[in-house]
Amino acid sequence: MSRSVWKGPFVDAYVLKKAEAARESGRKEVIKIWSRRSTILPQFVGLTFGVYNGRKHITVNVSEDMIGQKFGEYSPTRTYHGHAADKKAKRK
Amino acid sequence: MARIAGVNIPTHKRVPIALTYITGIGPATAKEICEGVEIDLTRRVNELSDAEVLKVREFIDANCLVEGDLRRETQMNIKRLMDLGCYRGLRHRRNLPVRGQRTHTNARTRKGPARAIAGKKK
Repeated sequence: MSRSVWKGPFVDAYVLKKAEAARESGRKEVIKIWSRRSTILPQFVGLTFGVYNGRKHITVNVSEDMIGQKFGEYSPTRTYHGHAADKKAKRK
Repeated sequence: MARIAGVNIPTHKRVPIALTYITGIGPATAKEICEGVEIDLTRRVNELSDAEVLKVREFIDANCLVEGDLRRETQMNIKRLMDLGCYRGLRHRRNLPVRGQRTHTNARTRKGPARAIAGKKK
């Protein structure tokens, strides 16, 4: 079920604060955040975030299409490079 | 032979059924169309006059996204997700289920026919 509209989008407060500060200073630098659950708001467009994936911060340039989605969607948490060829198979 | 919305040629069937042969028109939309142009639901396509066929054609052109245009839009939506680099896009790129289904077993619709794994079993 989707979230009630009257609550408004969910964003962790510290993300808002950091984004605000970054926009005021006008400097282009990665804003490190751990809050993967925060919604991407329209005022984040153009900023660069480093979204934590449990190991490191993945750099995400926020564009207009991303509004309404969560930061976590842009920072994959799993590493998978496919299965290695099985050695046992060669023996047989 | 009635040509509606490009290439579709459904004939001997009842109008609402025949219309569902068009991509983008299901039973519900087909019924809506019939009601919109005032064609009885029990009538068949070969009983329609040219004027009525024309009316259906115009109704669809005006109200429905159909065939190639619909396919293009779907493709564009998927492409947008893929270009965005979001999780859903990644799943589309890899041809895996997008909406959180399990992939340990099943998911054959997305993954295609099972490929034998070399060296499994003993």
